[in-house]
Amino acid sequence: MEYIFRILRFDPKKDESPYFQDFSYESVEKTSVLEALMDIRNDQDGALSLRYSCREAICGSCAMVINGNFDLACRTNLDSLKSSLVVVEPLPNLDIQKDLVVDMDPFWEALQKIEPYLHGEKIESTEGHLVDDHDMDRIFQFVNCIMCGSCYAACPVASRDERYLGPAALAKLFRFVRDPRDIRPFANWSRVNTEAGVWGCDTIFACNEACPKDVRPADGIEALRRKMVVEKIKSLFRLGR
Amino acid sequence: MISHDILVVGGGLAGLAAALNSDPALSVAVVSKVHPLRSHSVAAQGGINAPLGNNPDAKDDTWEKHAFDTIKGSDYLADQDSAEMMCRLAAPTIYQLDTLGVPFSRFPGGVIAQRPFGGAGFPRTCYAADRTGLVILHTLYEHSIRKNVQFYNEWFVTKLVVDDGKCLGVVVYDLASGEIIPVKARAVIFATGGYGRVYLKTTNAFINHGSGIGIAYRAGVPLQDLEFVQFHPTSLFGKNILITEGARGEGGYLVNNQGKRFMEDYAPVALELAPRDIVARAIQTEVDEGRGYEKEYVHLDLRHIGAEKIKKRLPGIREICHNFASLDPIDTPIPIQPAQHYSMGGIDVDESCASTVEGFFAAGECACVSVHGANRLGGNSLLDTVVFGKVAGEEASRRMKNLSGSKKAEKLLQDEVVKLKSRITAWQSRDSGIKVHRLLDRLKNIMSDRVGIFRNKKELAAALQEIAMVRDDYKEAYISGDCLRYSQELVNIIEFASMLDLAEVITLGGFNREETRGSHFRTDFPKRNDKDWLKHTMVKYEGGKPCISYADVKIDKYEPKERKY
Repeated sequence: MEYIFRILRFDPKKDESPYFQDFSYESVEKTSVLEALMDIRNDQDGALSLRYSCREAICGSCAMVINGNFDLACRTNLDSLKSSLVVVEPLPNLDIQKDLVVDMDPFWEALQKIEPYLHGEKIESTEGHLVDDHDMDRIFQFVNCIMCGSCYAACPVASRDERYLGPAALAKLFRFVRDPRDIRPFANWSRVNTEAGVWGCDTIFACNEACPKDVRPADGIEALRRKMVVEKIKSLFRLGR
Repeated sequence: MISHDILVVGGGLAGLAAALNSDPALSVAVVSKVHPLRSHSVAAQGGINAPLGNNPDAKDDTWEKHAFDTIKGSDYLADQDSAEMMCRLAAPTIYQLDTLGVPFSRFPGGVIAQRPFGGAGFPRTCYAADRTGLVILHTLYEHSIRKNVQFYNEWFVTKLVVDDGKCLGVVVYDLASGEIIPVKARAVIFATGGYGRVYLKTTNAFINHGSGIGIAYRAGVPLQDLEFVQFHPTSLFGKNILITEGARGEGGYLVNNQGKRFMEDYAPVALELAPRDIVARAIQTEVDEGRGYEKEYVHLDLRHIGAEKIKKRLPGIREICHNFASLDPIDTPIPIQPAQHYSMGGIDVDESCASTVEGFFAAGECACVSVHGANRLGGNSLLDTVVFGKVAGEEASRRMKNLSGSKKAEKLLQDEVVKLKSRITAWQSRDSGIKVHRLLDRLKNIMSDRVGIFRNKKELAAALQEIAMVRDDYKEAYISGDCLRYSQELVNIIEFASMLDLAEVITLGGFNREETRGSHFRTDFPKRNDKDWLKHTMVKYEGGKPCISYADVKIDKYEPKERKY
């Protein structure tokens, strides 16, 4: 089938502003958007830049906006688009480095701020922790995050307030707070008890919508909020005694 | 000039394990051509082996039994001391990963869950549902944030600079700036992964061009046992995405077009859980003899396992089937076929991950210690990466005081920068010629058609000739894009030189090895021949061509026997 790929191009070293460029593309059955973009790069414009790696929706490289929807290019089948026009844009709210490649640094910096690693009891253990499988299952939703950045790019709060940590980082924080092996004190994670943290979310759930892995980061933000309120009440009782 | 004590190349499991276990008093950095979380380790699914004995059926498991299974699985080509070392370190490694935060699935009582895997005497594969690679990679990355590991992401290494038997550093192409940059290092650890994309059908990521192995080869480091290429039995028909061995570990059946569980004809005891080389050949035989579907694939049937177990233990497989084949394995069998998956061979290193070049180390899939011999068992590669990544980091640190470097280092590195720049100019100045992806298509077809699961002298000889023809045409390759920032076209044209070398070394090793062992099946020599071939292939780049020699296999307590499953 014959497609028109309308790809956002931008080279900040050369171009004044981004522009769309059309490429015609003849597809074979079951071609993904990623495969098509690579073909276009190979055959039509060697300078077209994009990120990719696993091609199986697990590495998080190729998140972009395809016909207005956030998705991974690798798991988006051309047939599923039901349109012969395919408009491809880089993730918004992040600076374009070149074409479909965006600067992910703000996303990674937000992640770093929540101390995204297990604060465990033991540094070295000669036997594993005993953990209820049910507890592991409960964090699995968030462990599934592949850090593709779709939620961050889709989040209206992150787009207007650069201090906001964004959905992925907060959901990751909840993954640790909820992990029975993690002993970080409330004082540590209550640092997100701010507008730049959990109270920044305006609960329109754009992140849940944009996530290609069904992580539902907003679930994590809401759970953090609940847990935070509970901890606050607990501490008030402790003060009252 | 940028300079480090230890430079780790590759940000997958082996690379991160190396960086995390290097001496923190040293200056350590990781160079990776992608962000570390985009490394192919992330795609590992089914699990990681250790004889914890948590499964009720595995109470008697020991590291010695794990070592025996590994060695038998290797068709006795593994170096037994190295395999034993890996298996001895397996349990402590798992507990360390657990301590770091890896969310392993659990059994009742809270211990780490373990499932059966191919070629293993006991269920000893620890897992996190079917996303074990993802959770371990993310956990190690998280701890590298904690430890402030320095990363140079989207830096692509083009050259390992060696002088007088000493490693001096590397040359990189920085994708973001388009610059060519020399990096001096007293020790370099390669953890650059495999070369799956040399084959047409592979489970590997698009980025797995294997250039790390090729770069080491061109720097004069021998490659070991490269003819041993693992074909995974179950890749999704069409995209060849991995469908984990865990699917069979959880009870999945392999069924041909007559509805028969055909593994009973090939491995009557182990059935679907025979080692990968045996299952891959069985599937290919069924297809070749007309008992497949569309002359291409057989079925992996999970339906009898039940919706609940599939959703809990194999959610990633269900998602892959949904995304890439529009089917639900709860009610439809999965069409699968073998595809290239793993390289048992690689950069020749000893059990401390050191190579013949002073200051140059390698770990993970790019390296050959050798623990996997002629065939790797499922669940042993993640173990290999974490165990030997750590060994490499520790050994490079320990030897640091003996690594003096060289006064000439900066000059020699600069010379290589100049050479690469002039090659790039030459590629750019040509306005016609051959696009490198066309050459890659040819190379992949040669490898899949002639150097695949079943091999013979005639096909291998033809492959060698055809590879040489592609090499000739590579002289006419060119770059069409006018911008060198984020130019994958440039990465690909550079990496293709390595791909040609690897294809040649794989094929040459296979051509010479006139026996059948593990994954290397010669239809013209269908028996293992320990008398002449119980030895490692070593290929070194000398005088502009590959030179073959052979090295002894380290046999310890396990005498080679015929493999039966």
